[in-house]
Amino acid sequence: MIELRNVRHRYGEREVLRGIDLTLAERRVAIVGSNGSGKSTLARLLNGLLLPDEGRVLVDGLDTRGDARAVRRKVGFVFQDPDVQIVYPTVAEDIAFGLKNLRLPRDEIARRVDAVMARFGLTEHRDWPAHRLSGGQKQLLAIASVLVLDPAYVVFDEPTTLLDLRNRRRIAGVIRNLPQTALLISHDLDLVAEAERVIVLDEGRVVADDAPAAAIANYVARMG
Amino acid sequence: MLGLYLHRDSPVHAFPVGWKLAALAVAATGLFFVASPVAIGAALAGTLLLFALARLPLGAILGQIRPLLPVLVLLFAVQAAFVGWETGAATAGRLALLVLLASLVTLTTRASDMIDALERGLGWLRPLGVNAGKVSLMLALTIRLIPVLLDLVQEIRMAQRARGVERSALALLVPLLVKTMRMADHLSDALEARGYDPR
Ligand SMILES: Nc1ncnc2c1ncn2[C@@H]1O[C@H](COP(=O)(O)OP(=O)(O)OP(=O)(O)O)[C@@H](O)[C@H]1O
Ligand SMILES: [Mg+2]
Repeated sequence: MIELRNVRHRYGEREVLRGIDLTLAERRVAIVGSNGSGKSTLARLLNGLLLPDEGRVLVDGLDTRGDARAVRRKVGFVFQDPDVQIVYPTVAEDIAFGLKNLRLPRDEIARRVDAVMARFGLTEHRDWPAHRLSGGQKQLLAIASVLVLDPAYVVFDEPTTLLDLRNRRRIAGVIRNLPQTALLISHDLDLVAEAERVIVLDEGRVVADDAPAAAIANYVARMG
Repeated sequence: MLGLYLHRDSPVHAFPVGWKLAALAVAATGLFFVASPVAIGAALAGTLLLFALARLPLGAILGQIRPLLPVLVLLFAVQAAFVGWETGAATAGRLALLVLLASLVTLTTRASDMIDALERGLGWLRPLGVNAGKVSLMLALTIRLIPVLLDLVQEIRMAQRARGVERSALALLVPLLVKTMRMADHLSDALEARGYDPR
C-alpha cells in the first residue's frame, strides 16, 4: 500500500502539488490530468526520486524520507522515453545493470536476466545494441530492466506515448498481465479505462477519484 | 565502430579481454615505429587473418573501413605527392590498421566484458581517488549514448531544414544542448531509480 499524506511540492516559488491525500491499495490505479498538472512530480515522489516539501509518502509503511534505498527496491519506475533509461549498450547488459547494483552473485544475475529476456521475447536480441531495437522493443527492454529487480510496485509514466498503435497494444498487454501493483500515468484513455481506479489531477490537486467511466467522463468534461 | 559485438565461437572471442585491450594498446603504439610499407602490409594481412579466425563476415570488415576510405585516399594522395608514395602508403596503411584492430576488439568483445575488465584494471587506482565503477559506467553510457545523440542531431537538422534553416552550427548547437541537458536529467533519474549508487 502506498500512502500520501497532505503532500505538497514546489519547484522554486511554484507550487505544483497542493495537498494530496491518497491511499493506493488497488492493483491498477491510473492517473490522468492535463500537461503540467503534476502527474510526473507525483510519480517521482512515490519512489523517493523527489522528496515532498511537506507531508509524507509511505510505501508499505516506509517513509521515502527515511530509507530511500529500501523504497526504491520496492517501487520500480518506467519512464516515457526508453532512450533515457537504457544505460548499457546492449540488451542483456542493460537488464543486468540494476542487479549488479544490488551486488548479487554473477550466476544469479545471469539466471534472472535470461528469465526476463525469455518472458519479454528479447532472448534473440540479447547482444543487440539497444539503438538497433524498435521503439516498442526499447520500451519492452526498459520494462524488463525494471521487472528483473522484482519490485512490488511499478510506476509507469506515460509508457506508450512515443509508440505506434501496435507497440502501444503490446505494452498495454504487458501491463495488463503484470502480477505487480501498477500505477499508470497516461494520456491514452483506452489504457486508463482498464484500471480499477482513476485519479484526475488538475493544477496540483485531486479533482476526481472514481471508477474509470466516471473519472474519465469528469476529465473529458474538464478538457472540453 | 562501437557497440557492434558479433557473437561467434572463435579463439579471438575467447581470448581474455584484458589481454586483447593490452595487445591493442601495444600494437597501436608500436605502429608509429614502423615505417616500411612492406611491414605494414604484412601486419594488415595478419590482421585480416585474425578477422578470418574470428569468423567475422567480410561485410563487417568493409563496414569498418568504408567510412574511412575518402580519408585514406586523401592521406595517401597528399603524402605521395609531397613526400613519396612509400610514406603515403605507410601512413594510410597505419590508419587502416589501427581502425581494423580496434574494430576487431570491439567486434569480438562484449562491451560489458570490456567495461568489467576496465573496472578490474583500474581497481588498484582506488587509493588515488579513482572510482573504477564510475569510470566504467561513464564508458558504458558513452558507448550507449553516441547513437542516441547522432539520432538527435539528425532529428534537429531535419526539423530545421523543414523550416528552411540550412546548416548553421549555432542553430544546431542550441537545441542540441537543451535536449542533451534534459536527457542528462532524465538519465540520472533512471540511474537512481535502478539503484545506482556511486561510491
Ligand atoms: N525540475 C523542474 N523544475 C522546475 N519546474 C518543473 C520541474 N519539473 C516540472 N516542473 C513544472 O511543474 C509542473 C508540473 O510538472 P509535471 O511534470 O509534474 O507535470 P505532468 O502532469 O507530468 O505534465 P505532462 O503531462 O506534460 O507530463 C509543470 O508546470 C512543469 O513545468
Ligand atoms: Mg509528465
